[in-house]
Amino acid sequence: MPSHDLSSPPAPGQSICRSCWLAAPGLLWMGLFFLAPLALVFAISFASRGTYGGIVWEFTAANYLDLWHPLYGKILGQSLWYASLTTAICFVLGFPLAYMIARSPARWQPVLLLLVMLPFWTNFLVRTYAWMIVLRQDGLLNGLLLALGIVDAPLELLYTPTAVVIGLVYGYLPFMVLPLYVAVERLDPLLVEAAWDLYASRWAIFTRVVVPLTMPGIVGGCVLVFIPSIGSFITPDLLGGARSMMIGNLIQHEYLVVRDWPLGSAVSFVLMAIVMAAVALYYRHAARTAGPTEKR
Amino acid sequence: MRRGSTGLTLVSGLAMLFLYGPILVLVLYSFNAAHLSMAWRGTTLKWYAALWHDEALLAATANSLFIAAISTIGATVLGGLMALGMERMPLRRQQLIEGGLVLPLIIPEVMLGVALMLLFVMLKMPLGLTTVILGHIVFNIPLVTIMIRTRLRKLDPALREAAADLGADSWQVFRHVTLPLLRPAIWGAVLVAFTVSLDDFLVTFFTAGPGATTLPLKVYSMIKSGVTPEINALSALLLLISMACVALSLHLQRREV
Repeated sequence: MPSHDLSSPPAPGQSICRSCWLAAPGLLWMGLFFLAPLALVFAISFASRGTYGGIVWEFTAANYLDLWHPLYGKILGQSLWYASLTTAICFVLGFPLAYMIARSPARWQPVLLLLVMLPFWTNFLVRTYAWMIVLRQDGLLNGLLLALGIVDAPLELLYTPTAVVIGLVYGYLPFMVLPLYVAVERLDPLLVEAAWDLYASRWAIFTRVVVPLTMPGIVGGCVLVFIPSIGSFITPDLLGGARSMMIGNLIQHEYLVVRDWPLGSAVSFVLMAIVMAAVALYYRHAARTAGPTEKR
Repeated sequence: MRRGSTGLTLVSGLAMLFLYGPILVLVLYSFNAAHLSMAWRGTTLKWYAALWHDEALLAATANSLFIAAISTIGATVLGGLMALGMERMPLRRQQLIEGGLVLPLIIPEVMLGVALMLLFVMLKMPLGLTTVILGHIVFNIPLVTIMIRTRLRKLDPALREAAADLGADSWQVFRHVTLPLLRPAIWGAVLVAFTVSLDDFLVTFFTAGPGATTLPLKVYSMIKSGVTPEINALSALLLLISMACVALSLHLQRREV
């Protein structure tokens, strides 16, 4: 905070208030235990690994260059793919759900929203573990498929990319439904009605009326699903196999198993850059759509 | 408007089945007497009973409750003061801090975990209960600040001005007007912070040392190291506790209106 003379009257726009200092301890805490550690990770990402796993403070960009190695590139690529696929599936599942909730009787809406949110408030490990029971070789899904005669031998479901994506969709579906619900709720039903009256096909109504008008909710939901998906650790760790590793697992592996902290730090910053790019995309879209609606 | 709603209802129904199916299966299996196989061998409560005799599990629960309690108190004090302090700041600065507070909520938790671990290692602080608590306060401060701030902005400034006009000094205004009005938001924040701390896995995973095993860490190691039916019972219990917390928080929010 800038130094200032408490006895002089505050100039406009300048912070001269004693109560403002109440924020100081919290800000100090966040500086010490949030910003400082991030800065440390950033600094270490340019250092190199010592022979026995320590850190040698010599500036190098080698860690970032190492990431172009096909092995790391593959993990980065499949993380982006799993997260994108998760986002797409959440949209396909979440849109009808949000639409139905927004169009149901007003007194039912809070209850239905609560039903969507409730699993989210339960422990993430426990929810992921529940899928292990369902997807296991002798699990419920295989039992069902065998009993119905759909398959002859149990399917390999657990420890596959499919399981990872199922787990991610399960974990983050509520993040898609909430913003979509808000957007659909604001959509004037008369506009859809008008499109029907003008003989628009169902698909045309969806793509040319509903989607454009609910775009802010769609972008918001997609970003909210994509961000935790790309950074996930628990889901790929429990439901995925060694071949369906994601960035989060790579970071943990580099830090705790290989003990190559500089490389782990570089991977962390690549992950953070991806997340920040998604956030920037969201704000840019929000700024663009906010303009015309305010003028209307 | 009703046209095409059957397909909609169908997909929504499937989505609900998807959301609740696995949870129901888990709860159901916690009563299964079979030890290893998934086949049904009758109902039993023995896995729940076994939980009570698992010393390591009880110790982990105690650690979790201790960490959640201390970090909730710390975050509520620091975050509450922050919300109060931000109120009079120039708008630009408020927005800057608000933007900064969102950062811990959006960066991947694995990153916060490794960053804190690095800091503690560099500072030569032994990893244990203390480091876990320090870390939990970091992700709870933004939650508390945002929740209390939201309530603070909804308060009618006339109430506080009236008290000041009647001769109350700034402490009295805070003690007798602002604080009582904020109370529901503070309790809501306490509940959320406590739940988030209790549920946290990743930050704890990287900042806990030996002897600081929490309930989620214990659950994780139980899941990883071959599955015993005990874990099903423990999971079902944790689900129940989470649901109870949500119900309590909804009840508090209803009173706030």
